[in-house]
Amino acid sequence: MSMTRRQRTRLVRSAQYAVLGVVLVVIAQAADWGEIRRAFFDVEVAKAQFPDIITTALVNTVIYTLLGFGFGLALGLLLALMRLSQVPPYRWLAIVYIEFFRGIPALLVFIALGFGVPLAFQVALNQYVTVMLALGLVGAAYMAETIRAGIQAVPKGQTEAARSLGMSQGRAMVSIVIPQALRIVLPPLTNELILLTKDSSLVYLLGLSLSQYELAKFGRDALNQNRSLTPILIAGLCYLVITLPLGHLVRRLEARTARAR
Amino acid sequence: MKEAAELDREAPAIEVRALHKSFGTLEVLAGIDFTVARGEVVCVIGPSGSGKSTLLRCVNLLEEPTSGTVLVAGAEVTDPDVDIDQVRRGIGMVFQSFNLFPHLTALQNLTLPQRRVLKRDKAEATRIARDRLARVGLTDKESSYPAQLSGGQQQRVAIARALAMDPQLMLFDEPTSALDPELVGDVLAVMRSLADEGMTMLVVTHEMSFAKEVADRVVFMDGGVIVEEGAPEQVIGAPGHARTQSFLSRLLDPAAARISPSDD
Repeated sequence: MSMTRRQRTRLVRSAQYAVLGVVLVVIAQAADWGEIRRAFFDVEVAKAQFPDIITTALVNTVIYTLLGFGFGLALGLLLALMRLSQVPPYRWLAIVYIEFFRGIPALLVFIALGFGVPLAFQVALNQYVTVMLALGLVGAAYMAETIRAGIQAVPKGQTEAARSLGMSQGRAMVSIVIPQALRIVLPPLTNELILLTKDSSLVYLLGLSLSQYELAKFGRDALNQNRSLTPILIAGLCYLVITLPLGHLVRRLEARTARAR
Repeated sequence: MKEAAELDREAPAIEVRALHKSFGTLEVLAGIDFTVARGEVVCVIGPSGSGKSTLLRCVNLLEEPTSGTVLVAGAEVTDPDVDIDQVRRGIGMVFQSFNLFPHLTALQNLTLPQRRVLKRDKAEATRIARDRLARVGLTDKESSYPAQLSGGQQQRVAIARALAMDPQLMLFDEPTSALDPELVGDVLAVMRSLADEGMTMLVVTHEMSFAKEVADRVVFMDGGVIVEEGAPEQVIGAPGHARTQSFLSRLLDPAAARISPSDD
């Protein structure tokens, strides 16, 4: 006797829940919860991380990220305009830059700026400047392509209307096209901000003083002192405190853009 | 660079000589000669692809002509040494797709070009913007964004935006073609009042009744050339050329066009 389609659907779904239930029960039985709790969430160790993990590490992560984002956005806008230039050498320079910095690990850029530049040029860059340059140089390559796509997504009629009113090409770009392009690329730029927030953890390479610690370095240091994963877990949660609202913001911006069309 | 002060007050509003325009191998304008006098309202009609929009766009150099000359108030816009931005300030243009700036309110759409191009201060630009919005009957919409306006309202804001620059000449590129039929009337009424005030207008349109009532002269284009031009009652009422006749009969009786063997 064959089952109806509804009966079959019910059976398959019940089986899937049953498998999940069995797996969870087995894990719960097999695990040593005391050990896991000590390793991952030691309340004493957790308490000891506050308030420094917020007042120093979280704040520094935000500062490093914003420095890199600000510099990267400015450079990215410049690169996007070069990429769209009528003058071929500008286009070539922009393409070479973008391909280069998109293609190498951000880690290398941090090493180059943190150790290479001071060794080669006998100068010591300010820590914040190093971070801003390293994050910005890499971020700019991604943002340039995003902004270029945004500029090209502004209808040609907008430039034509601006030119027909007597605006120069540059004035039309600045007053009419770029404001609309930035609106279009706001969601992908916010995604870029999320990526930069995580990339800011590479700052640990630079050898920081205590007051310059950001979340990853702070967590790692505390890990060494406590032999507990708790500080890493808390550092991870702190990243989520920054990135989850940003992700939510991206979805709202995308919904707004979809409505405006 | 040649300054606007050199503009000849006596010269025709538009003078086009031997104008050719090709896109690749496609010749869109195949030698156009025509003149628009000051204060004249000229409607350009013709089938799609006949080159009428391209002709209009060559007047303010949104399209670069392949050869030939275009003079606006005596200034040769096709001369590479002329300051085209300066010339365009005196030419208002209204597009089929409105092209309002969507990130600005209706009022800001009118004030931003005045402030950036004519360097008017904020108070003066706002005063002029409000006056022009009142002229197109949209005083109560000054704080609305384009997306909040109907097509007809957007097109009237676009006309007001052009008027705020105090143009000597207005170009209309199928201004009602993108509108729902019930919104066409308001836009045509604004254009009619402009014509009554003596504005020089070059209008590409499919609105035959508007052309008949408002135009001083009608130009029929087909295949990149001017086939026929003259008074509206002549060109539309009693066309002399077979191409004009067939275009008008198809336009006035679309059902006949569908069974016509010559229809492409």
